[in-house]
Amino acid sequence: MYAYDELDRTLVRERVEEFRDQVRRRLSGELTEDEFKSLRLMNGVYLQLHAYMLRIAIPYGTLASDQMRMLAHVARKYDRGYGHFTTRQNIQYHWIKLEQLPDAMADLAKVGVHGIQTSGNCIRNITTDQWAGVAPGEIEDPRVWAELFRQYATLHPEFSFLPRKFKIAVIASDNDRAALRIHDIGVRIHRNSSGEAGFEVMVGGGLGRSPFLAKTIKPFVSRRDILSYIEAILRVYNQYGRRDNIYKARIKILVHELGIEKFAAEVEDEWQKIKDGPLALDEIVIADIRSRFTYPAYEKQIDNPPELKAAGSDARFEAWRRNSTSHHKVPGYAIVTISLKETGKTPGDATAEQMDVIADLADKYSFGEIRVGHEQNLVLPSVAKRDLPALWRALDAANLATPNVNLISDIIACPGLDYCSLANARSIPIAQEISRRFANLETANLIGRLHINISGCINACGHHHVGHIGILGVEKNGEEFYQITIGGKANQDAALGTLIGPAVPYAQVADLVEDIVEAYLSLRLRPDELFIDTVKRLGVEPFKERVYATH
Amino acid sequence: MPLIKNGAVVADDFVRIADDADIPAEGAVLIAAERFLKDAEQLVSRGNIGVIWPNNRDIEELAPYLGKLSLLALVFPAFKDGRAYSQARILRERLKYRGELRATGQVLRDQFLFMQRAGFDSFDVKKEADAKAFAETLKRYSVFYQPTGDGRVTVFRQRLARMNDNGEQMKGAAAS
Amino acid sequence: MTSPLEQKKLKIAGPHVVTANRTGDGAVIWRTANKLWSTNLSDAAVVRNSDDARALWAEAIADDVGAVGSYVAPVQVDAAGIIAPGNLRERIRVTGTTIELPVAV
Repeated sequence: MYAYDELDRTLVRERVEEFRDQVRRRLSGELTEDEFKSLRLMNGVYLQLHAYMLRIAIPYGTLASDQMRMLAHVARKYDRGYGHFTTRQNIQYHWIKLEQLPDAMADLAKVGVHGIQTSGNCIRNITTDQWAGVAPGEIEDPRVWAELFRQYATLHPEFSFLPRKFKIAVIASDNDRAALRIHDIGVRIHRNSSGEAGFEVMVGGGLGRSPFLAKTIKPFVSRRDILSYIEAILRVYNQYGRRDNIYKARIKILVHELGIEKFAAEVEDEWQKIKDGPLALDEIVIADIRSRFTYPAYEKQIDNPPELKAAGSDARFEAWRRNSTSHHKVPGYAIVTISLKETGKTPGDATAEQMDVIADLADKYSFGEIRVGHEQNLVLPSVAKRDLPALWRALDAANLATPNVNLISDIIACPGLDYCSLANARSIPIAQEISRRFANLETANLIGRLHINISGCINACGHHHVGHIGILGVEKNGEEFYQITIGGKANQDAALGTLIGPAVPYAQVADLVEDIVEAYLSLRLRPDELFIDTVKRLGVEPFKERVYATH
Repeated sequence: MPLIKNGAVVADDFVRIADDADIPAEGAVLIAAERFLKDAEQLVSRGNIGVIWPNNRDIEELAPYLGKLSLLALVFPAFKDGRAYSQARILRERLKYRGELRATGQVLRDQFLFMQRAGFDSFDVKKEADAKAFAETLKRYSVFYQPTGDGRVTVFRQRLARMNDNGEQMKGAAAS
Repeated sequence: MTSPLEQKKLKIAGPHVVTANRTGDGAVIWRTANKLWSTNLSDAAVVRNSDDARALWAEAIADDVGAVGSYVAPVQVDAAGIIAPGNLRERIRVTGTTIELPVAV
């Protein structure tokens, strides 16, 4: 976990004061809404259906317990007692008042939390794998680089008014848990043939109206060169990205229109001119950032402690342990996923109460650290296995132990028309109904890993294009209709889903999902062939036939 | 519209000459890029020439003439259109332009610091109130992460200096 | 967002109101007949032709300090003159979310 130094904290404080002044000038009329809008967006302040929304950054998904407590405090004091964790490792508050925002931001700044650049046509929150630093198979902790990129991106004088938003993700393993290929820039740390660690740089991913998967622009950029290389990409984009049409303004369109070779050549041309300039990184700079990351003082723990064996007879505990804990790189420890997908509730929401509980549990069992995943669940990254039974009892008491992680009811859904002014249709009630239909854990386990992603409009904040089952809300003659796709994947084998038939009305969506599952269960080769693999093996046709035969 | 130069509101020395108007023999004039390029050699020998360069044209085209221009004006057609920031940085940091670099178009207070960091040293400001607040606005931040040509010490450099100081202290401690 | 061009293009049929969010706190508001804003839909001025809609909207847009993101929204008016939201989006803005909030207010 990174500890802000005095310089980092000062910048956040100065930002709060700047925003306080901007809000004052907006309320007095000195600033028009048109002039203010970009400024508030760059602090994460949106206007939604019912109120303003505040989006707070959780840089690379890492939170300290005191920061989580402050998020709970803000929920209580300035909002309606809860927050929503998003697909970009941020948290959103949906009932914020503009006039109170500077105070809310000042409170958050006390613990180094802010909404800087969580919206606007600038570089957004740098995301990574929620298991960074603790999962086996990483060659180093990608969060160190994410922090370096975050500092580079913060209040960048040249790139604060890009043609459109810009999202960067970083990983350091072959397992892509950060959905790299749907980012504007995806960076994968790996070793070249000489054993040197460097970066594969991918560019031009993005969902929305015209979804694209990112393409590799340079297979290996050295540690020394990565910042200048990213600057070269941004400068080409800033100058040549389209500004005439907001639906064609992302870098994915520029890459598509130029072609990856020509785009790469433009970047290379620019990069050659700046690679030996002040952005050339010294190992000493990287080491300095790393020096402010603290790591748990792991103890020697045994892998199958007596506490665990004893609790094994409790079926509910076992179900949770099998579902919600994962292999940690240190023996005797586990990665715990906290499901925020309780049956019938809003995916990704947590009450202030729950946030406080999680903060306390993090202190007690996870070295004070929490992670936020892009699938809208939380993680306690380092829990000693002997503590799992006690942790589970506490989570269970707070309704935070639904053992449905990665199962069909672990749904990713955007806020949709219940909150968002961009939406065409609701997404949360769809998610709730589906989760109710599949509330039976035995059934859910029988089905196995199945990712459902729901977006309430084509902006695709629910990442429906890359869901195993993707659901997109559209409007037809004033009614809510939903297009269903299957076969999408967000990981290293990233793929966009395929439409299985015409859009269906709101009332039929859950039925359709049940039909798809039924089709899968009858088509799969073996119980352990995952839904996504059955779709890959057979294609969409067999599903289309079975599902739309009855509609 | 107030012009800010060297941090203060000043009168504009340059007269904007329309594309179809004659360029007077004397005096500082500001003309469009296309017009300048047609007649560059002659205009440059006249001297006292300022050029308005559009934000959608490669700034490196001007490279041969940079040392001979009295003013270079870049354009923000809307404050959200940030192309001129890149042009400014290329001018200052790569092409080593040292003359006056003016921000024109929709130039508002909340972008002053970005503009100044990118290399602008004069500002054709849209609002009176913004012009008055110029000096104060530049003091909003004391912490800067990115190196530009503005000469400020970045966070990275400050941390390095701190490390060196600590190194000295530790060396001193070890020696004693 | 609401450019003069968009205003000129506005064509409506049936009853409409002008709605926005209050700048200070984001509350949902409707434009009234006496050039004010109200948090009650029942106080909204109803327009029934494009010219009136444009005029009311222009008034709303001019109040940049008081209101944000104003637009023209459909309503239904019954025989007794009771105004109701004219589509799902407007219903949601009047009644709040269609889902239960995690914390009871």
